[in-house]
Amino acid sequence: MTDLGPLIPRNRDAHPPAYDTGYKTSVSRSPSWPLLSMESTPSEETGPRFGHSQLGEYDNNLIVNWTRGKELAVGERILVHGRVLDEMGRPVPHTLVEIWQANAGGRYRHKKDVYFAPLDPNFGGCGRTITDENGYYEFLTVRPGAYPWMNRGNDWRPMHIHFSIFGHSFGQRLITQMYFEGDPLIKHCPIIATIKDPKQIEGLVAALDFSHSRPMDFLAYKFDIVLRGRRQTRFENKLEGM
Amino acid sequence: MVQKLDTLVETASQTAGPYVHIGCMPTYAGNAGAYDVETGAEGPALEGAKGEVIEITGEVLDGMGWALRDVMLECWQADAAGIYPHEEGADPKVTGFARIGADFDTGKFTLRTIKPGAVAARGGGKQAPHISLWLTARGINIGLQTRVYFEDEDNAEDPLLNRIEQAPRRQTLIAKKTGDGTYTFNIVLQGEGETVFLDL
Ligand SMILES: [Fe+3]
Repeated sequence: MTDLGPLIPRNRDAHPPAYDTGYKTSVSRSPSWPLLSMESTPSEETGPRFGHSQLGEYDNNLIVNWTRGKELAVGERILVHGRVLDEMGRPVPHTLVEIWQANAGGRYRHKKDVYFAPLDPNFGGCGRTITDENGYYEFLTVRPGAYPWMNRGNDWRPMHIHFSIFGHSFGQRLITQMYFEGDPLIKHCPIIATIKDPKQIEGLVAALDFSHSRPMDFLAYKFDIVLRGRRQTRFENKLEGM
Repeated sequence: MVQKLDTLVETASQTAGPYVHIGCMPTYAGNAGAYDVETGAEGPALEGAKGEVIEITGEVLDGMGWALRDVMLECWQADAAGIYPHEEGADPKVTGFARIGADFDTGKFTLRTIKPGAVAARGGGKQAPHISLWLTARGINIGLQTRVYFEDEDNAEDPLLNRIEQAPRRQTLIAKKTGDGTYTFNIVLQGEGETVFLDL
């Protein structure tokens, strides 16, 4: 394996803290000891790889994948697209991107979700794809509905799509959520508010993108994702102090 | 003023929420058939993988000792010779990766795999045999990273374990042997016996 250098240490200020009283479930599920910090090792620098052979024909089209192309899901048709990059701005090619979401009414197809909004018989709510050589990915789906959840008296999740991204190193593993430009619920959401840096919140809001929308068919939203990078300097492979 | 850096900031993490299984383990969410082959469903070691077959069982406990029923774990490991998948000479029967959901009723999880060998440390030397874990659930704002080491291996020279200043806390990363090839490993998110979580 060529040595690409250690992973760049995570800037923890870019992320929400583990403990946030506004998001009540985090209170009992957050470590109180500080994390043990150390330079990455091959255990974090290597990671699983996934190939196109694992993907099905419809995996990145949530409008039809639940029915395998037989019926269409209900809702506003959208294309969600963007690039996966690392902190150095380099594209992350051939990496698995998985998404899941509620249907257009705000209901998840999950045995634990009992919200009033009905299930759409033609919508499963999950999709996945592998980025191309430029780190580019795209999904066709329907816009998910907002939904209420038990936290404070009357909390609602803004429209969102959950994203899971691997990168090439296990230490790059990231799960996040994409929000939609202009959603008035964004500023009321306690889960978004766990992020303290407003610029980092902005980074989760996908932009309405007419350049990629198809007239009389779907609107597009652009959502780029940045994963941890690896440090590579000319000093990297030399002995300490040299 | 100062020049602008041309680096980007990592995208902020958000909780995986209660329905992470829809996207990551559809069968587990009650949606069998969503994918032909689910990510990480075949386990870290396929039939015919070299090495000792082991089974690790445990629970993920919250701050009051209650087992999480909705947690998802991911594991990553080397083969029996300590070589990570896709590296030269790696055992083709070891994928190294699996996803595991805790039982919705009991919170128990089970990982069946082969015991990894000692793997290289950065800058030479070896790390004691271990499996990397990453866990995520509702209420966890950024995925938690930890490791499983083994009671019956020589852990004395492991650079990560030795980095833990409070020696008794090293025990939180060591699976206890309960029988022939069986281990137990509980993860405590908070409070007494809190697991050491990693930032590396
Ligand atoms: Fe959600």
